[in-house]
Amino acid sequence: MREGVVITGIGTVCGLGIGADALWDGLCAPRSAIGPITRFDASGLRSRLASEAPEFSVRDSVPKSYRKATKVMCRDTELAVVAARLAALDAGVRTRGSDEADEGFEISGERLGCHIGAGLIAAETGELGRAQATGLDEDGEFSIRAWGSVGDEARGAMENLTPLWLLKYLPNMPACHVTIVHGAEGPSNTITCFETSALLCLGESSRVIERGGADVCFSGGTESKLNLVGMVRLEHAGRLATTPVDQADRAGSEVVRPYDPQSAGGVAGEGAGILMLEGMGHARGRGARVYAQVAGFGAAQTRTAVDAIYGEPVERDEGLSDAILSALRDAGITAEQVDAIVPGAQGAAALDRAEAGALSGVFGERLREIPLVTISPNVGSCVAGQGGLQTAVAAMCLHRQMLPGRIHAGRPADGLDAGAADTRDARLTYVLVCASGLGGQNAAIVLRRDEG
Amino acid sequence: MSERRVVLMGMGLVTPLGEDVEAVWSGLVAGTSAIGPVTRFDAGTFATNFAAEVRGFSLRDSIGGEASTHEGAGQSTHFALAACARAWAQAGLGAGAGSAPEGVDPRRIGIYLGAGEGPPDFESFSAANIAGWNADTRTVDGGAWAKVAYERLSKMRELEQEPNMTVGRLARAFGARGPAFNCMTACAASTQAVGEASEMIRRGDADVMIAGGAHSMIHPLGMTGFIRLTAMSTRRDDPATASRPFDATRDGFVMGEGAGIVVIEELGHALGRGATPLAEIAGYGSSADAFRITDIQPEGRGATSAMRQACAQAGIDPTKADDKGRAPVQYVNAHGTGTQENDKIETTAVRNAFGPMADKLLFGSVKSMLGHLIQAAGAVELITCVKAIETGIVPPTMNLKNPDPRCDLDHIAGEARDLNPSGGVDVCLSNSFGFGGQNNTVCVRRYEE
Repeated sequence: MREGVVITGIGTVCGLGIGADALWDGLCAPRSAIGPITRFDASGLRSRLASEAPEFSVRDSVPKSYRKATKVMCRDTELAVVAARLAALDAGVRTRGSDEADEGFEISGERLGCHIGAGLIAAETGELGRAQATGLDEDGEFSIRAWGSVGDEARGAMENLTPLWLLKYLPNMPACHVTIVHGAEGPSNTITCFETSALLCLGESSRVIERGGADVCFSGGTESKLNLVGMVRLEHAGRLATTPVDQADRAGSEVVRPYDPQSAGGVAGEGAGILMLEGMGHARGRGARVYAQVAGFGAAQTRTAVDAIYGEPVERDEGLSDAILSALRDAGITAEQVDAIVPGAQGAAALDRAEAGALSGVFGERLREIPLVTISPNVGSCVAGQGGLQTAVAAMCLHRQMLPGRIHAGRPADGLDAGAADTRDARLTYVLVCASGLGGQNAAIVLRRDEG
Repeated sequence: MSERRVVLMGMGLVTPLGEDVEAVWSGLVAGTSAIGPVTRFDAGTFATNFAAEVRGFSLRDSIGGEASTHEGAGQSTHFALAACARAWAQAGLGAGAGSAPEGVDPRRIGIYLGAGEGPPDFESFSAANIAGWNADTRTVDGGAWAKVAYERLSKMRELEQEPNMTVGRLARAFGARGPAFNCMTACAASTQAVGEASEMIRRGDADVMIAGGAHSMIHPLGMTGFIRLTAMSTRRDDPATASRPFDATRDGFVMGEGAGIVVIEELGHALGRGATPLAEIAGYGSSADAFRITDIQPEGRGATSAMRQACAQAGIDPTKADDKGRAPVQYVNAHGTGTQENDKIETTAVRNAFGPMADKLLFGSVKSMLGHLIQAAGAVELITCVKAIETGIVPPTMNLKNPDPRCDLDHIAGEARDLNPSGGVDVCLSNSFGFGGQNNTVCVRRYEE
């Protein structure tokens, strides 16, 4: 008999604020966190809007003995470390990194896993540029020979990079720092599949718990592409709306229009969504509050994804349909039983069309009756972090039996319940979360209401 | 419900010692070093100016006409495609790259890679960084940076750096539509990929998985990063012997590059189509040190845990002799990077996991010859374990001439060992540990009905 898996803690950081309540309240308002980029000089970029997370100090989220290590944390790691601590506190799981939860449940390190999705993390342009500027030739061009340290032409320019420079930007650092802060010695992984990363991590954590490899896992994703390199990459990936010069101050809420064929594109966000997944027996045994059960997980590859990136986008993402069907099978339910969907819905017209095509392939005519909970107009697209935020929202919908309001300044394609809406009560038993990533990986998770 | 067993059906390599599995194996058994000067870029003034490079590689020779579809892909993606073509052919699942799989539903074929990022466009990136750096204000002028970046960075070159593009391209070439993942747990990634892929099959989420890794960090930023960490050997005067795992004079690892891909399958599925397993993936373990970003837990707790988990899943008590009176695992393919810290602590971890059996097993590192293939290392080394089982021969650890009292196991110094007189090799572990403390071990066993 496989162990059931439940969600007992939620930790999120995104443009709408720090903590799951800030995310939920912002969605319900509904409020958009999208605005002009302030964190760096984005004046030369084609897309100059973003959803930036509010100020925080990661030092407050780690034990005193670990504060020094925060110097080698990049933004993606900081977001994950803050979100993970919130998740542990929320779950009442006491670790060496969440000691303020004195009355919580103390978990053995070996039974605590950690799966955090991430992206390629771009080195800070300034940090590298400053060092590279000390290694120029007579013409002011970068000189690889001056960069090195041995021989007559060497000027040792690379030594102007901090020794731990590489370790700051490895994609596994968010997960590794979280394992260290919390003493999580169980199975650990870093999945890097662009927008699908977090859902694949949540699926993998569920499988690990199910097969007895851990009792509790930190699981989800983190990413901030809010830097020069990251933004250019997202542009190349066809994710971002161009910001016209005269519209730099345009209300963010007007830009991202999920499933609207006229949508100008998506907007970058930054965020981490980390959940505490826990074995059902373990959670019940300690009397934990359960947000929702993880009823099913499925993943699949779109074979033609690479062609679509450089050529014609597809009308219907078959891999996404396959992933959803597989998750429904895993949950032992039919498409008829799904009450709401939290999809990717980035606002990039070609991606949204392929996603809607996949949903329509699975749900048919009934799709028009299923509310689509879109969060990109509020928090932007947080890439590897997005699936964590989506799943957090789905779990809160089930727990509160509510659907948050929706922002939409245009009109979604016919047959989709994705337009502007107010927050409302809803009777929800099954909520589906799904994502497709650049590169063609797709994943879906079915959450079920927990009735104790 | 009967347990689903996972067997290894095909394997493919692209390594600094060659691309044919048999040729690479002969090279390893003979103790051949693949290490030489860096030719990919001008590393002349770098503290480490040598590496183990893949030479004479041709994608077209490996995958034929399908190669034209993947021209713009990153180097490590090319390595992965070529390695996968060989693994695929050996597994007998179809005509190869560009053709549909035969005898299996594409939705039941998944992919789990530990592929690394593609090489950055260093020259363009440098030009943008320098244009953008304002030395007076000590800030980045985003306008100046972006002007150069938009002029010089190409969409394809940028997107192909994404590690999951390798997965996407393998899926396209071999027709896989099942569950697909890419992980980046640094040097542990491809061992983790094979381990998690085996779990996908065990659970029934797929019948066939393409698993492994590909990586090249032989580029200016990759080499810079590890030089700054002082993790690489700086033995510029003697590159061929610079990789010295377990030797007292070891001074760091030597960078390698390449790919290792295996095709693994559910046993009944494989037998049902009349195919012959090469070995069984019997166990897998994953753990975290949860210690420090820069250091390994001094007693090797995480490494010990990964090895114990892999043995437990394989039904092996690592501290008890097998029924032939041998160590229950005859060969542990070490992570064995050649850094002072890793080799000492990994030795401790093997002692902790195997107790009295530690002195009866062989514990060597092929990184002494191949260098460290970073994310690809684990899968390549797993393939050497399969060859050890097949031949009964265990490859040597080269350049081990000055024993380190803290590395006091049988490290197979200097010469391959023929275990056939004592009953050959039936069970191996392959260890991989990543920077930051993620540890993975896979247990490979001789296939028996």
